Amino acid sequence: MWEYTEKVLDLFYNPKNQGAIADANEPGIAVVFGEVGSIACGDALRLHLKIDIASDTIFDARFQTFGCTSAIASSSALTELIKGLTLDQALKLTNKEIADYLGGLPEAKMHCSVMGQEALEAAIYNYRGIEIEHHDEDEGALICTCFGVSENKIRRVAIENNLTTAEQVTSYVKAGGGCSSCLAAIEDVLITVQRETAATSQRLATEIAVAQETAPTTLTTVQKVTLIQRVLEEEVRPVLLADGGDVELYDVEGNTVKVLLKGACGSCSSSTATLKIAIEARLQERVLSTLVVESV
Amino acid sequence: MNIIYFDNNATTKVDPVVLEAMLPYLQEYYGNPSSMHSFGGQVGKAIKSARLQVAALLGAEESEIIFTSCGTEGNNTAIRAALAAQPDRKHIITTEVEHACVLNVCKQLEKQGYTVTYLSVDHQGQIDLAELEAALTGNTALVSTMYANNETGVIFPVEEVGALAKAYGATCHVDAVQVVGKLPLNLKTSTIDLLTLSGHKLHAPKGVGALYVRRGFRFRPFLLGGHQERGRRAGTENVAGLIGLGKAAELAQQHLDCVNQEKQLRDRLEQGLLSSIPDCQVNGHSTKRLPNTTNIGFKYIEGEAILFSLNQYGVCASSGSACTSGSLEPSHVLRAMGLPYTILHGSIRFSLSRYSTDAEVDRVLELMPGIVDRLRALSPFNSDQADWLQDREEALVVR
Repeated sequence: MWEYTEKVLDLFYNPKNQGAIADANEPGIAVVFGEVGSIACGDALRLHLKIDIASDTIFDARFQTFGCTSAIASSSALTELIKGLTLDQALKLTNKEIADYLGGLPEAKMHCSVMGQEALEAAIYNYRGIEIEHHDEDEGALICTCFGVSENKIRRVAIENNLTTAEQVTSYVKAGGGCSSCLAAIEDVLITVQRETAATSQRLATEIAVAQETAPTTLTTVQKVTLIQRVLEEEVRPVLLADGGDVELYDVEGNTVKVLLKGACGSCSSSTATLKIAIEARLQERVLSTLVVESV
Repeated sequence: MNIIYFDNNATTKVDPVVLEAMLPYLQEYYGNPSSMHSFGGQVGKAIKSARLQVAALLGAEESEIIFTSCGTEGNNTAIRAALAAQPDRKHIITTEVEHACVLNVCKQLEKQGYTVTYLSVDHQGQIDLAELEAALTGNTALVSTMYANNETGVIFPVEEVGALAKAYGATCHVDAVQVVGKLPLNLKTSTIDLLTLSGHKLHAPKGVGALYVRRGFRFRPFLLGGHQERGRRAGTENVAGLIGLGKAAELAQQHLDCVNQEKQLRDRLEQGLLSSIPDCQVNGHSTKRLPNTTNIGFKYIEGEAILFSLNQYGVCASSGSACTSGSLEPSHVLRAMGLPYTILHGSIRFSLSRYSTDAEVDRVLELMPGIVDRLRALSPFNSDQADWLQDREEALVVR
């Protein structure tokens, strides 16, 4: 028997925010939904959002879920977590926060929290008119054919949740849980991810240390641009690419870094958040604390 | 909270009479039956009488019974013994719906050079004897099938299977774990060579089982060691367990006459559910089925959620849904039957026993409609016409 927390059981037996949201055509209000999963997979979630257009804020969230105890509890938790958030804030929600809200999930059930995060993303993309299908083409090789899981999805969930074994990947995104013939391929992806992460932070740490040593107070313009370029290339772009987006360095004027947001990022109105969190904060940390990033 | 235990194909309650018979062998009679003193010797006599009790239930001879630790050991032993008996034959026939302790042994044997044919089942979970006959060759060492399926209760025509196996000189092994104690058996006049049973499915404790080996069969042991079980299964006997199994066999024999009452309860439960809940169906053959088992698919909802809902009221059942297996895939048995996904994931097995009562059936009939309604209200699917299902053919189509 699964060891569910009290919170999981409570939200299963007494779910909050179940059902659909009817579109009453209220002015200034948008009603959308996002879908993830299918009846064949054994779980499916349709997340309904009521959005205040002016403030870009989630007014109400409701769910319809076909799935097990933890799928229903995760869906209900998701709706509780996102009410009142701006869409940019909501997009930052990770599956881990859903699981944490529930006081944890059995590892084999973590995919329920991932499903919640994905439905949220699907609903917001839907509202913003971003094609998720187009996303798929960019998502790299299909690793698990039983559950249709791409390499990039495995990379993303592995990075976000610090996964180290194929078994964990199966628990989080189901990949490898069918015929299990892709387990070796999943391990290869994990090894690559670990190697990349380790190598990147190692190399950057060294380079920054060297740069700071050789120029303890100020970086030359060339040093600064080179470093910015490198951080974007090695730390920022892989994360954006996994979400179907991309970034290119356009110019550096003093401490202002100008970038071109591309792919899904270009058309995505959470690009402000991407700019500030994924790019600016990273550059400030890695290169110079006074850098400001602008999109052109 | 009172427990309503409708999960008897998983395990059963130890009959108090069985427990009472066992206790002296966990207390005062702790001797080793192999010892050369009468303190141990008296234990050996008790084992002999337990063996007779098991043999009587099967219509077999005392010398044809080997005690084991469980059904899994029985099946592993039987398969290996059949292959060892005819080492030149390299083909095995089994079915797609066997228990994991047969399927996984077969998968390993495939890696060791054996060819395995997995017989398919139809939408009612039944095998096709013509398919078996077509698969049999002079190279077939073993035909291993269940007597009845644990998930659906569907009963296979094992005597016909045995006759066909015999015609090709192959050994017939039957996993009868779900059948012993539920259907009358007479192995004296049977075509079965090897038959597995497990104690805890017939009100004996866990950790004891038996393997029937037809007299004259060239048996090779699986566990090597001492001379216990006449050299056919080494290891100091689980004395209390064997005594318990013997007593349970004796009681099962007496209760075989009451199986019809169990069937009536099962039928009332089944009919009651089908008539009070829309969009559900029985998975498995309508008549060739164990008297205690019903497997019902409730469309558009998921089995694990149904089980946790039932659990709230102390009702124990089981499900073939992916979320209960830990494997992410729904039951291999229901998939082999080609059931659509709308049914697969929402299948619930209720398995009754001689302890089941009318009041318990009433209670489940009272609870289930509300549970199903609540989960369906939560589900984005509510009919085969649901818009989200339209481009998902695999969800609806019977394969």
